[in-house]
Amino acid sequence: MSPTAKSSGAAKAGAKPKLAIFGAASCGGCDIAIVNIHEHIVEVAAAFDIVLWPTIMDGKYADIEAMDDGEITITLVSGSMRTDETVHLARLLRRKSKFMVAFGSCASEGCIPGLANLSSRKQIIDTAFSTTSTDNPDGIRPVWEYQAPEGVLHLPEFEPMLRTLDQVVEVDYTIPGCPPESKQIWAALQAVVAALNGTGPLPPRGAVLGAGESTVCDECARKRDVKKIDRFVRIQQIAQFDPEICLLEQGLPCNGPATRDGCGALCPAVGAPCIGCYGAAPGVVDYGARLISAYASVVEAQKPDDIDKVLDGIVDPAGQFYRFSLAGSLLRSSKAAWNTDGEK
Amino acid sequence: MERITIDPVTRLEGHGKIEIFLDPDGEVANAYFQIPELRGFERFCVGRPVEEMPTLTNRICGVCPEAHHMAAAKAGDAVYHVDPPRTAKLLRELLYSAFYVTDHTTHFYALGGPDFVVGPDAPAAERNILGVLAKVGMEVGGKVIQARKQGHNVVEMIGGRKIHPATAVPGGMTQGITEEQRAEIEKIGRWSIEFAQFSLGIFDQIVLGNDAYKEMVLSDGYTHRTYYMGLVDPNKKVNFYDGQVSIMSPDGERVGTYAPAEYRDWIAEHVEPWTYLKFPYLKKVGWKGFVDGADSGVYCATPLSRLNTAEGMATPLAQAAYERFYDTLAPKPEPGGKRLIHHRLATHWARLVELLYAAERMVELATDPEITSPNVRIVPTEKPTEGVGTVEAPRGTLTHHYVTDERGVLTSVNLLVGTTNNYAPMAMSVKKAAESLIHKGVVVHQGLLNRVEMAFRLYDPCFGCATHSLPGEMPLQVAIRNADGEVIEVLSQNC
Ligand code: SF4
Ligand code: SF4
Repeated sequence: MSPTAKSSGAAKAGAKPKLAIFGAASCGGCDIAIVNIHEHIVEVAAAFDIVLWPTIMDGKYADIEAMDDGEITITLVSGSMRTDETVHLARLLRRKSKFMVAFGSCASEGCIPGLANLSSRKQIIDTAFSTTSTDNPDGIRPVWEYQAPEGVLHLPEFEPMLRTLDQVVEVDYTIPGCPPESKQIWAALQAVVAALNGTGPLPPRGAVLGAGESTVCDECARKRDVKKIDRFVRIQQIAQFDPEICLLEQGLPCNGPATRDGCGALCPAVGAPCIGCYGAAPGVVDYGARLISAYASVVEAQKPDDIDKVLDGIVDPAGQFYRFSLAGSLLRSSKAAWNTDGEK
Repeated sequence: MERITIDPVTRLEGHGKIEIFLDPDGEVANAYFQIPELRGFERFCVGRPVEEMPTLTNRICGVCPEAHHMAAAKAGDAVYHVDPPRTAKLLRELLYSAFYVTDHTTHFYALGGPDFVVGPDAPAAERNILGVLAKVGMEVGGKVIQARKQGHNVVEMIGGRKIHPATAVPGGMTQGITEEQRAEIEKIGRWSIEFAQFSLGIFDQIVLGNDAYKEMVLSDGYTHRTYYMGLVDPNKKVNFYDGQVSIMSPDGERVGTYAPAEYRDWIAEHVEPWTYLKFPYLKKVGWKGFVDGADSGVYCATPLSRLNTAEGMATPLAQAAYERFYDTLAPKPEPGGKRLIHHRLATHWARLVELLYAAERMVELATDPEITSPNVRIVPTEKPTEGVGTVEAPRGTLTHHYVTDERGVLTSVNLLVGTTNNYAPMAMSVKKAAESLIHKGVVVHQGLLNRVEMAFRLYDPCFGCATHSLPGEMPLQVAIRNADGEVIEVLSQNC
């Protein structure tokens, strides 16, 4: 429309640091979590010139492209890299930003949608377009370039593998969580504002913001080191768990021991296991390996074979050990995702 | 052929892109509304244990995770052939009602409301939540924030987390609530009733009190006669959490009412190669393309559809608001006997009627003598097989269908997501807007963009849900191409 109409306003607000909030392939929970800092949002709007936040306000990518490199002080990216279009926008924002933050689980470790990397792109698309209620006798699939009677239509390419933000561009900071708890978002934003004002230290590059330096277990009110287990149970098999004792020690696979603290151990507080949404605890190289060893340590059996037998009681090891972290793990994907042979 | 591209639409949660092609005379040849994203939940949920689905499918949509959480838990109940204890069902519905209050409030004031409250002709820069507040007063902003905050607090009390709750599992809930929490929720419910009435008052004053707006609501450009879908209780009143799915014809005739498990007899999904999203339609009527009317299987599932489908609301104040809605906009019944409103912009009003119902329902549930019972779960004893769970998501009827092996591990997953229901009607609204604002190659730019955006927003689309992707950049771009396929215009007010 009229690209010039907005630029004068932008110049006036030029004194404030610029903030961009961008969602790639995401569920939007991260945006909602930011909005849920409620009245503090006014302070964010006062501290920053918000140049992009498509979910909430009108803004133009064209304006971003017209900016100088590094002109945006800080960009929060939620969501994963799923199509060539999201990758392109992430690169554009990286270029224009001084600090790039991987915001939430999708951007930092792939989150649940990262489990797509257990399948090939073809399997994912084939499944979606042949479900039991799909009327598709001709086996139609979406195509990146389609010749409609009136002209060519383009779709962004669904990439063979889902990638995390740091697999595509350099990332300065990470705010974990699915989504990050609003309290923690506010704390992280305050720290950033303080650093920009010179009233606080600038977190070192690579720092994890809005979370702790320990595990969910350390925040959990349940008592540990009470029991050993001889088998794993599933939540629907037990009508009531002891409300005081560690869920893992009651046989329920809980991800607390491998997961970074920051949420306040919300899930175990309501009788549900931690599913690991805050990602790997500090110092953990491989999330799944850490969790397996934590599980092994509560198993009563001593001999490796017997321990293995108990661990076999976990019905979905891939999901249990890499539920949120698969795409960002050393593993990244199963062989299927690499195999794009014979694809159209 | 000329082409117009609109990409992307802000204040819609998700992604979208519109391509408009013109014929040699400069008239609209066709318009395509594309959803450029897919995530593939139906594939990668296979292999996961069914009890994890309520938390895994939360991640389809961060705007309405509660809807997926409930549909997944209900499908899990069905897979195990268990009926959860009454208190568990009350708690799920209570959480869900609080969520509706929050979600409808957010939509009205921040997403859809700006077009109405600030006005469709106001400059784009003012058509946002700040513009709304400037018009209705800053203290209203405080109330909106309070409504959202309290709603999320109730979700956290019952669900453990404000976003992506954790407590609904096959057979019930992991945990009940205390008397202290119950009292707090009741208080919030009562406050929400007042807030809903206040919001209906604003609508009355600003929209109904303005002839130009009323005219716009009733205008042909925003009118579509399609089938309607909604979940109803045994008395055919609107219900969000449970019931049967009912279908109303555009002529006011009840086509049928079915149990969610029979959905495949009623609905099928059409596929087009130029988009990642499918188009559900009524199987018994058939897919006839993007057209209105009784011969086309296109249907709509929105607040307006639910009111059109039901015989009324199950709570007294909402029922009165329902009557007033129809007395004002559809005094006479359709030939089939039911009063229907086909003016799509009336969806905003319907949403407020539902807001009032959700608030009243919160109080009903919070004052149920069994709500604080600790009996919230039943352990399944039967072998898990297959199950369907349906709830009414704010953006349309949501169905999860699972098949498992004998261990309760998923072997097949089918998801019919809220917004998807309305994909075809949205595509039709886009085309209609284009046809009325492009003639002889002359494009009424601002008008077209506004019309398209407004047509979208009333559906409150959330393509996170639909693409099993989400709200990131739903900004919008319209490309207009001439008969030779060259782009003559790219309208992109928001990208
Ligand atoms: S394993 Fe789970 S329940 Fe046990 S202490 Fe850790 S977080 Fe709490
Ligand atoms: S307990 Fe675990 S899954 Fe629950 S919010 Fe905390 S980190 Fe996330």
